[in-house]
Amino acid sequence: MATTKVEALSLNAITKTFGELTANDAVSFSVHQGEVVALLGENGAGKTTLMNILFGQYTADSGSVAVFGQTLPPGNSREALNAGVGMVHQHFTLADNLTVQENITLGSRPLLSPRLGRSAARAKIIALSERFHLAVSPDARVGSLTVGERQRVEILKALYRDVRVLILDEPTAVLTPQETDDLFATLRLAIADGLSIIFISHKLHEVMAIADRVVVLRHGKVTGGARTQDTDTKALAAMMMGVEAVPPQVAPANPGAALMELQGVSTPDVGNAPGLRDVTLALRAGQIIGLAGVSGNGQAALADVVGGLRAAAAGQVVLNGAPVQSWSPRTAVRSGIARIPEDRHKTGTIGDFDLTENAILERYKTAEFSTAGWLNWRKSRDFAEGIISKYDVRCPGADTPIRLLSGGNMQKLILGRVLEAGPQIILANQPVRGLDIGAVNYVHSQLLAARDRGAAVLLISEDLDEVMALSDVIHVIADGRLSPGFERGSMTPAQLGVWMAGQGFDKEMAHAS
Amino acid sequence: MRLEPIKNPSLARSFVPPLIALTATVVIASLLAMVAGANPFSVFGLILKGAFGSKFSILETLNRATPLIFTGLAAAVAFRAKFWNIGAEAQLYAGALMTVVLGTGMLAWPSFAILPVLALMAILAGAIMLLVPALLKTRFGVDEVVTTLLFNFIFLLFISMLLEGPLKDPMGMGWPKSARLIPEARLPRIVDGLRLHWGFALALLSAIGIWIIQTRSTLGYEMRAVGLNKQAAAFAGIPVNTVLVKTALLSGGLAALAGFSEVAGLKGSLTLDLSPGFGYTGIIVAMLALLHPLGVIVAALFVAGIFVGADSMSRAADVPTYLADIMLATALLLMVLAIMLTRFRVVRD
Repeated sequence: MATTKVEALSLNAITKTFGELTANDAVSFSVHQGEVVALLGENGAGKTTLMNILFGQYTADSGSVAVFGQTLPPGNSREALNAGVGMVHQHFTLADNLTVQENITLGSRPLLSPRLGRSAARAKIIALSERFHLAVSPDARVGSLTVGERQRVEILKALYRDVRVLILDEPTAVLTPQETDDLFATLRLAIADGLSIIFISHKLHEVMAIADRVVVLRHGKVTGGARTQDTDTKALAAMMMGVEAVPPQVAPANPGAALMELQGVSTPDVGNAPGLRDVTLALRAGQIIGLAGVSGNGQAALADVVGGLRAAAAGQVVLNGAPVQSWSPRTAVRSGIARIPEDRHKTGTIGDFDLTENAILERYKTAEFSTAGWLNWRKSRDFAEGIISKYDVRCPGADTPIRLLSGGNMQKLILGRVLEAGPQIILANQPVRGLDIGAVNYVHSQLLAARDRGAAVLLISEDLDEVMALSDVIHVIADGRLSPGFERGSMTPAQLGVWMAGQGFDKEMAHAS
Repeated sequence: MRLEPIKNPSLARSFVPPLIALTATVVIASLLAMVAGANPFSVFGLILKGAFGSKFSILETLNRATPLIFTGLAAAVAFRAKFWNIGAEAQLYAGALMTVVLGTGMLAWPSFAILPVLALMAILAGAIMLLVPALLKTRFGVDEVVTTLLFNFIFLLFISMLLEGPLKDPMGMGWPKSARLIPEARLPRIVDGLRLHWGFALALLSAIGIWIIQTRSTLGYEMRAVGLNKQAAAFAGIPVNTVLVKTALLSGGLAALAGFSEVAGLKGSLTLDLSPGFGYTGIIVAMLALLHPLGVIVAALFVAGIFVGADSMSRAADVPTYLADIMLATALLLMVLAIMLTRFRVVRD
């Protein structure tokens, strides 16, 4: 699309320092009306700080932000909102117990106003959702919506407030490929309407698909920029990391004995989430098993069973040839299962605990870190510092609260925590969700290294590319049922897609009868 | 008006709001003193003098702080794990009840033997008091705020019944009070001739002990983990429900020590006015201390000082002692507000 010359947003020489650290160093760029600019950068490159300044959460040390030529007063998010800047955060800011309409109108009216204006609001929401293909019922309770639907609510919320510049922080991190396509269709409609978009993402092919222009941020500085039509993913990756990113090479697997087996395991459904239905699966030494599937098809139940959080209602879990008796997270850890949880913030770490306290979270009771109920903080700290240096966790020190770390560094600490014990079985649930390319390659190479030294790896991911790149055997999960295992390279994405939609199972049934 | 979280609060932001809160408390109390017809400066002078002005008043303040340290610790320990124990009052009376049941002649042992047993049995009584709400919470998800709060009323009425019936002192001239403890069961004074008993030392030791447990022991680590993020704690294999029950036992035991120390150290017998709301005031103490066990000592001295000082001020300046309650309530509300302001900024629309 031909970009008009109207400058929707311009950042002029923004500089922000936190003590010694320069988070943003004279960053300047602009977005024209109807243009999509992708902001690329590794974790800690300064993207979040920049967006927080733009949105008035932080005050810049110097520099200014202008929207349609008008300079915004620093440190005032309300002014940014009024000027038409909207943001959809990676972690949604919705109230689960309110309806879609209530969430959308929340905060857009004065707290105490005599008239609620519900019907007008409702009409506007319905009109917007039809115009931009954002199908979601205004009366649905947000708590009952899927992740994809919640994102639509967030976007509707921004459109409802007549945003003219929309910032999307990692919007595709939580979406299936199909949902991503829908999102892009919506965004294209909005662009045609004159909306300007800043698109923050690590997925280079998506950046290439949606953005007109790319701005690369590294160590707080703008280090490059290009029109997407003049560049390719390889060049972008090189700009982002300073060197060319090399995806890890996968050597042929050398599978050994089954270390863990699920035999006919079923679990009850939990709310909307399906449980497992008669799942049989063997995790072999020296092999990566990939679990493909659309979000919410029983992945959580399978991860819980393997990780010790849920017991099998029917069937049994067999570890090293013997059925497990009492199955709990602690027995799972003691049995040598390394668990990388799906949600780093909610289940993987305790935000207000420092790195040391988080590093020993699973094993504080072992003789290594405590004696007779008393913790050995020196050993714990040494352990944490060992992880920090070995796994390259970027942080001010082991006594930093972990919530201050970026997602990638948090994940590196979790990796170190579980891999340092030399686990035989590794459960990696969405291990690279929301991470940048550098961190993704790092996590993947660690998983491959663990496989090559003889560990059994179960990789659960909603990113089919990731599953296909890493897995020696792929199973598809759909509505709690598990497909047969497919050897590496034996299936095309389209063939796997049929199973993901739940269709292969029926054929198999028909075959059997 | 809206609140916005501050990501990197400055040093000034952490200290100025609490100071303003204290100043505002003094100003509001001064206005009330003026309404009561007194000179605010002399009122505060009298409070200060009444609380810390003489050897006698200092000892009185320390005595008054003793039960508040115990109940403050009880609240601080439980709240750290996000277990909302509002029932320290009932647990205090449970400890006191156990002390008079065993200490009025049932066990006739020398002091060095009977006192530790009485303390331990009191702890046990308080712990069991809180075990029921803890199990109701972990087994059936019953809100512990409701159960612990209501237990206060039930248990106080139960004590009242005992004091009118089986525990009534036959020599008590018909007053609803228990028999007196045997001399061996009384906590001795720390220094002969000075009215301060060993309960105060026990309170200080308990605070230090809790501090060490919270920072150094696996149990303290578990309690903090459960309080900060239950889901992550459960994922990592921390037995959340067991930790909550252990926290409850510890909290109930600490509150019961307040009852033991008041009966064995000060009163010598059990009456219904043993505690003028020490259990509830302990919550204020814990909040003012930001749940830090050593801070509880300071906060308890502050609160006790206001109460003791207000008593003597009231006699001298003819201002009702209710001023002390108002000061504490104002201090608590403003302090909670101040703590919020250290973490959020108010934005005007």
